Amino acid sequence: MSILINKETSVLVQGITGKEGSFHTLKCLEYGTKIAAGVTPFKGGSLFNDSIPVFNTVAEAKSNIKIDATVIFVPAVFASSSVIEAIESEIPLIVCITEGIPTIDMMNVKSALRGSSSVMIGPNCPGIITANECKIGIMPGFIHKKGKIAVLSRSGTLTYEAVNQLTKAGLGETTCIGIGGDPIIGSSFLTFLKMFEGDPETEGVVLIGEIGGTQEEEASEYVKNYMKKPVVGFIAGKTAPEGKRMGHAGAIISGGKGTASEKLKVMKENRIHIAENPSVIAETMIKALR
Amino acid sequence: MDIHEYQAKELLTKNNVKILHSILCHSGDEAYNATVSLNTPVVVIKAQVHAGGRGKAGGVKIAKTPEEAKNITEQMLGMTLVTAQTGKDGKVVHKVLIEEGADIKKELYLSVTIDRKTSNIAFVASAEGGMEIEEISKNSPEKILTVLINPSNGIKSYHVLKMFLFLGLDKPIYNEFNNFVNLLYSAFLAEDMSMLEINPLIITGNGNLIPLDAKIALDDNASFRHPYYNDFIDEDEEDPLETKAKSVGLNYIRLDGNVGCMVNGAGLAMATMDTIKEFGAAPANFLDVGGTADSKRVETAFNILLSDKNVKAIFINIFGGIVKCDMVADGVITAAKNIGLKLPVVIRLEGTNADKASELLETSGLNFIVGNSLADGAQKVSKIVNS
Repeated sequence: MSILINKETSVLVQGITGKEGSFHTLKCLEYGTKIAAGVTPFKGGSLFNDSIPVFNTVAEAKSNIKIDATVIFVPAVFASSSVIEAIESEIPLIVCITEGIPTIDMMNVKSALRGSSSVMIGPNCPGIITANECKIGIMPGFIHKKGKIAVLSRSGTLTYEAVNQLTKAGLGETTCIGIGGDPIIGSSFLTFLKMFEGDPETEGVVLIGEIGGTQEEEASEYVKNYMKKPVVGFIAGKTAPEGKRMGHAGAIISGGKGTASEKLKVMKENRIHIAENPSVIAETMIKALR
Repeated sequence: MDIHEYQAKELLTKNNVKILHSILCHSGDEAYNATVSLNTPVVVIKAQVHAGGRGKAGGVKIAKTPEEAKNITEQMLGMTLVTAQTGKDGKVVHKVLIEEGADIKKELYLSVTIDRKTSNIAFVASAEGGMEIEEISKNSPEKILTVLINPSNGIKSYHVLKMFLFLGLDKPIYNEFNNFVNLLYSAFLAEDMSMLEINPLIITGNGNLIPLDAKIALDDNASFRHPYYNDFIDEDEEDPLETKAKSVGLNYIRLDGNVGCMVNGAGLAMATMDTIKEFGAAPANFLDVGGTADSKRVETAFNILLSDKNVKAIFINIFGGIVKCDMVADGVITAAKNIGLKLPVVIRLEGTNADKASELLETSGLNFIVGNSLADGAQKVSKIVNS
């Protein structure tokens, strides 16, 4: 068990022939992901890597091949259209890697998601991986090892930092999800916490947040009221100045709101075990599991 | 990106919102001529800096004659304005906006933002115009109304009515208010704003609604469909190092400390800064070198870090995933040799080929200090700057 994806998941790649798309498709294939098809407009009928059929549209791909999930490597200018295309084609899981999508476009995507059956991860994220089974994204596969901890994060390399520690500590991972660093994202921490609480293989969850927005606070409330599994939390950006976007479009303290100290306070009050610095994430989890 | 009041008003005009007549001036003489041509009993001289709270800091003044406008403008130009929003260093005034005076009967607050929690457009209204909204929100939150609008349904008349009633306005002004709110809503979407704040929005003696001040932030990610964003960039408002870093594709933000940081990934970069602080030192910057940390990029990053004279030591923290650590180490060694780097450098490389990377660093003949973990590296670099 794991959540959302496993070794049977049949994956579509939107933007499969582009620079990023083709590079990471090969890396996902190496990991063992079942890449079933690709989409690039006007390249329909060709084969990627001599084996994977390319279609012009998502609908065309879906009518020919069973698709469980899609990953989007389309440039920001066209990315929201690609996401909406996937939603309207009723693809169950949509992972959008693209960085730099305008916020108003993402607002329209969220409207399209309401009332649809699709779950969206991202944008501006590393993707999702179930250790030793299926990788849909750009994270380094080799640091992951099948185990019992789930990781949820708004960041990329900071997630790898946590995963690396969990693997080295012998805890290993179930499913790890980078939810994205933008102000508006497909799904928040809350969506996945609920799934992990229900996943028999997951014994604990690492939650890596950062400054900006109120997702961590909402997640904390859920942890306190509904979660039996321990949650270890870390927040990046204690030293970030107000009003500056710290790399991620969503990582900004505005009007005194969204600070790390505010988030840490709420998390502590809601029974989340805080890792004081990123080097002690695995250590904190080991203590929390006792 | 933040823009100036005069640019915000240009955008409002473009979107059919009526504003007061005003003229941008860069000198006392220009201010004199502007006041003559505006030809109103009083003019208001407003310093153009990217920060609110200008009034209290002496950045907004009234003049009755062209001579007076000229004098005030000459005093204002070149002065450093320290407001609640500029930070302690303040902002130097390079231009002023000369605007016709207005007969103010009532001051209101109205802003449009994006509500991250619900992914809706949010209007925020208050009858306490002219005050800072953060202050009102802290002291009397009941004086603020937030109206959420689902963008797929658009703004409806009941949304407007809710704000109108909350603000306690008189019925004769309803049509004008309705029109005004709708124009703001469409301007917000049309120009890809992330914030539009009218404070104060005034009602004049004649019962007209006028946005007296306007503050707008634009969504950088939408610049591809608004070529004019580029023209709105004012280099006087930016930190020169940040501008330089941006031009070479590096994400850099200057801070007050003395440990220069070079990290891949925004989250890890923030976490690195925080850990340095935890060990008693302070980061000099945020710097995300991104996914391709080759020697050319590392060299550029070194040069940016070294331009900040506060930097006493450098901490490089790279998690090699797709990018291989030995390649990064090679890049760091080449770059350090090329620029003859003298400052102490603590390096922590983790991930793909980390062992090979340590070997390269140790045999490089350069005096690198290796950190075994993020915390270990942060502790070592903090010790160096504090000794």
